[in-house]
Amino acid sequence: MKIAGRKPLSFVLRCFVYLSAALTVGALGFLIAYILIKGVPHLSLDLFAWEYTSDNCSMMPAIINTLEMTFLALLIAVPFGIGSAIYLVEYAKRGNKLVEVVRITTETLTGIPSIVYGLFGMLFFVNKLQWRLSIMAGACTLAIMVLPVIMRTTEEALIAVPDSYREGSFGLGAGKLRTVFQIVLPSAMPGILSGVILAVGRIVGETAALIYTAGTVAGVATDLFSSGRTLAIHMYCLSSEGMHIDQAYATAVVLLVVVIFINLLSSQIAKRVSKG
Amino acid sequence: MVRNLKEKVMEIVFLIAALASIVAVALICIFLFQSGLPAMKEIGLADFLFGQEWRPGNNLFGIFPMIVGSIYVTAGAILIGVPIGLFMAVYLAMYCPAKVYKVLKPAVDLLAGIPSIVYGFFGMVVIVPAVRYFFNEVIDLNGKGDSILTASIVLGIMILPTIIGAAEPAIRAVPKMYYEGALALGADHERSTFSVVFPAAQSGILASVILGIGRAVGETMAVVMIAGNQPRMPQSILKGVRTMTANIVLEMGYATDLHREALIATGVVLFVFILIINLSFSALKRKGKY
Repeated sequence: MKIAGRKPLSFVLRCFVYLSAALTVGALGFLIAYILIKGVPHLSLDLFAWEYTSDNCSMMPAIINTLEMTFLALLIAVPFGIGSAIYLVEYAKRGNKLVEVVRITTETLTGIPSIVYGLFGMLFFVNKLQWRLSIMAGACTLAIMVLPVIMRTTEEALIAVPDSYREGSFGLGAGKLRTVFQIVLPSAMPGILSGVILAVGRIVGETAALIYTAGTVAGVATDLFSSGRTLAIHMYCLSSEGMHIDQAYATAVVLLVVVIFINLLSSQIAKRVSKG
Repeated sequence: MVRNLKEKVMEIVFLIAALASIVAVALICIFLFQSGLPAMKEIGLADFLFGQEWRPGNNLFGIFPMIVGSIYVTAGAILIGVPIGLFMAVYLAMYCPAKVYKVLKPAVDLLAGIPSIVYGFFGMVVIVPAVRYFFNEVIDLNGKGDSILTASIVLGIMILPTIIGAAEPAIRAVPKMYYEGALALGADHERSTFSVVFPAAQSGILASVILGIGRAVGETMAVVMIAGNQPRMPQSILKGVRTMTANIVLEMGYATDLHREALIATGVVLFVFILIINLSFSALKRKGKY
């Protein structure tokens, strides 16, 4: 601020920089604080009852559905994501045309809005494969959605493994496969894990892709091919009905806490990676 | 021999995994276009894209108000989100001490991780009443709370992490000597940053803005909860609006026949929008070094 008088433009720019930083942090802080302060008092044992009724609006079935959905989607997306990254980094030769195509399609997948995934899931899994509105259809849709997240983070983690590890392993007589599974993958594990955790965050928070694939039934899904709402959809239903705003606040608290926890976990693991 | 076979088989397994994303994109294209294009043909492409009436009951399917709605809301989000996001990226890259950075970076990541439904809810309970109060009680413009303005504000916040996340590395990637050279020529910190480093990072910065546009166009749940959703041409930024994404979510639940296909066709238009945005993003990313 010492030369504010002489260089007004610099002063103004500096003000904008600090103001923007304050606004960004302020928006985040206000949102979290507002939801927590308004929501925490509404957290009651009723909301965690095992059975959903229109009186208690319990979110327990939704939590169970969310866990089921997350597990299933990861079960599909993780092998494909990691396998794909292994191929791109360890097997594909430089200048391979396929690598270029995979990269472009992955970028495309990253940019597609979740509602378009939802439409696709409805057309393909729900109608074409006749799975009806079900956990399975929702999980498959979400698996495609988080595939690029897992692929990209795994790729980065694999590239970060020093070549000397691979050379050492080859030098000791190990084959390619053994090198990948016993040397490269274990050292890339923390990076891969932080990507998977990010994927969990996206699955837990997803709404638009699930409304017309997994449906909005309020109870626990009886099997993989029956409908059940996840926590995010539960919250959408509560808030759009307009009669259960208090419960919606409470659900928002739970969602927010889960997301904050997931983010902390992911960045802790990533930090460990950068330390080596 | 056995080992060779195993190596070969596993390579093919990995190859198949790598093909998954290609298959996924192909399937998405095929199914969307297959289900959406016939409706466009039946309604008539011009009537569908430029028709101003959306009345499924009367077989009127013009999505022009929704296209305009999406563009308005996105433009508003860009107006709010881009300046704040870029200045914040400059702060993170050029101003912020390492200790503060350690706190701020995870905070920005957290902003990206908050589900859109929570943003929508926050908009519904905080920003909608605030806008309604301000434009009725403070300035009497008979403003609606559920409006383009509200949606722009919430989307502006939502695209912040996208823009910051892409712009900050771009600014950091500019070689240090550019900045030092400018300082040596007598420019102060601000001048060096904004006249030398910032322009050098322009293609990365532009890419970050495009990424933000993509995010804003595609956002669904938050918009549905706060934008009012009236399917008519918006008259002012204080009036409600319906975006393409909202159109799909709102009516897909009960739509049948041509109505349903028209909604899928809306998804196709949205998809084409996103593809164009994505292509320009990758073109920019390949062109620019930083």
